[in-house]
Amino acid sequence: MKDLNISKLEAIFQQKIDDDVKIEPNDWMPDAYRKSLIRQISQHAHSEVVGMLPEGNWITRAPNLRRKAVLLAKVQDEAGHGLYLYSAAETLGADREKTIDDLHSGKAKYSSIFNYPTLTWADMGAIGWLVDGAAIMNQVPLCRCSYGPYARAMIRVCKEESFHQRQGFEVINKLAEGTIEQKEMAQDALNRFWWPALMMFGPSDDDSSHTEQSMRWKIKRNTNDELRQMFVDVTVPQAESIGLKVPDPHLKWNEEKECYDFGPIDWDEFWQVVGGNGPCNKERVDARRKAKEDGKWVVEAAMAFANKRNAKKTA
Amino acid sequence: MTKQEALHIYLLRMGDDSLILGQRLSQLCGHGPILEEDIALTNVALDLIGQATLFLEYSGELAEQPKTNDELAYLRLEKEYVNAILVEQPNGHFGDTILRQFLFDAYRKPLLEKLLDSNDERLAGIAEKSLKETKYHLRHSSEWVIRLGDGTEESHERIQNSLESLLRYAHELFFENEVDKLLIAEGIVPSAESIFPIWEKTLNDVLKEATLTLPKNNWKFQGGREGRHSEHMGYLLAEMQYMQRTYPNMEW
Amino acid sequence: MSESKGWPLWEVFVRSKQGLNHKHVGSLRASDATMAIKNARDVYTRRAEGISIWVVPSNNITASDPSEEDSLFEPSQTKVYRHPTFYDVPDGISHM
Repeated sequence: MKDLNISKLEAIFQQKIDDDVKIEPNDWMPDAYRKSLIRQISQHAHSEVVGMLPEGNWITRAPNLRRKAVLLAKVQDEAGHGLYLYSAAETLGADREKTIDDLHSGKAKYSSIFNYPTLTWADMGAIGWLVDGAAIMNQVPLCRCSYGPYARAMIRVCKEESFHQRQGFEVINKLAEGTIEQKEMAQDALNRFWWPALMMFGPSDDDSSHTEQSMRWKIKRNTNDELRQMFVDVTVPQAESIGLKVPDPHLKWNEEKECYDFGPIDWDEFWQVVGGNGPCNKERVDARRKAKEDGKWVVEAAMAFANKRNAKKTA
Repeated sequence: MTKQEALHIYLLRMGDDSLILGQRLSQLCGHGPILEEDIALTNVALDLIGQATLFLEYSGELAEQPKTNDELAYLRLEKEYVNAILVEQPNGHFGDTILRQFLFDAYRKPLLEKLLDSNDERLAGIAEKSLKETKYHLRHSSEWVIRLGDGTEESHERIQNSLESLLRYAHELFFENEVDKLLIAEGIVPSAESIFPIWEKTLNDVLKEATLTLPKNNWKFQGGREGRHSEHMGYLLAEMQYMQRTYPNMEW
Repeated sequence: MSESKGWPLWEVFVRSKQGLNHKHVGSLRASDATMAIKNARDVYTRRAEGISIWVVPSNNITASDPSEEDSLFEPSQTKVYRHPTFYDVPDGISHM
């Protein structure tokens, strides 16, 4: 180890990545790689956990028993996914509680989409269909990312998420073929969630500071704009097939490029929401902080109990 | 009262207990004290909603004018719900939630065990499925009562207070009227008398290990089984029934 | 454990069906072993992925040092005679 200098280690490291050999927790890795990964994985974990809130908002008002059970199971999965991801971040030395504190202090970010409110039952459809749809587009390539624990967590997540998008589409489809009020509810949800869903892929490639290095490290496998285009191309026909209209006057099939051209994204709104000024940023972080603060005495009690019992055993 | 009418009401109680407690727990999804426990409580909520679905489905079929489980769950008046008042109590802090759960689980498990021998096969079948889930719930809630009781000074005090305020609602779980008498005679359901000592033993054993003391005041509060609820119930129903009441006669 | 009051980390191993090894699936936090088993059940077997669970405190695991990978594992790669394909068996010989 001593006789290897850093640049040689870095070369070996990059060679491994180029050869598609996974990096595992105890392997040598550049500090910047570790830091980037911790940032990316914990952001991802926070998104899962904060993502429980907008949908959790409708569990108690779900319109029938089946929908209630499905929504509960779905939101529960998100807690599970958050946990898999926090575990993956911990393998890099990022203590979960500290990571979570960064979320609560506003230092760490999470997906901007969860700062939008869920106003009607149709939003449960829109979130499953659009938000989980966009998330899957992002996550499937990450199953092949260079860091072993992250890739394995993503495989688990993707396997479990396959039902999420379907249940969302089922909800919205049911509304689209329902009464006039239900149709309006569905269209309204699409109107509100369409643009925020496109923003989920992050800033345009020209403005994305991390993309190039992340691609070289294979912790990101497609650019933001590539993924966004893929999403638009698969989602627009789905909307059409259930009689909903995508709220974009510029949307047009481009014969030559064989993909959709779509209108400009309001990046001012995106940066405002990322910066903390979305409609629900404060509520979301407050809710998570409150859960932790309210649970503090519980966590302490369980630990005190375990210590007492251990002491008894060894005594 | 016919056997069918009695069974309809009995199943409604089982279904309402599950539904209302499941509804309460589902309010916590996303707000648990730590992620692992959030997932665990949501599992309990899911089991209870599943049990409610089965009990209410059967109950609805036996109604004078048959109803679906969703109609029963979402479209009754408050006084038509016959859950015990215990399960509609607010979540409070985690100790309140866990103690409410424990008092209920400790009753529900022996009840389901005895229902395995019911002369009504369908009820015995639902009991068999539910029992597997409820055994786990009871282990979970009793372990937590013990941890909190014998944890820190703060947790001990908190859960002792939960016990003081919730125990008075538990006795209603052993409510009996002509519905029960008829069904007991038919060998369809067990008597409260046969379940109470088991519940009491579980309670005493767990409280002892948790270093908690049984409240001196032994006031027994009831009304839910006859449709007289606490003030909390109206809000719970307003929230749960919101969609069905706002948009009547639609499919979701 | 970096902070004193938090719950320790546990590694979770799940046997997916009778006849297979327990396999590492991830980790979680729990205050004691009983809770760790329960949490593992709720976190890692929500879709009937397992019939048996092991949990081990993460700090009780001793791992081989990746920087010694060469000396630990490479020598066995050159010992091809440990594999049956190393040996020539004439055509027509079976059950071997």
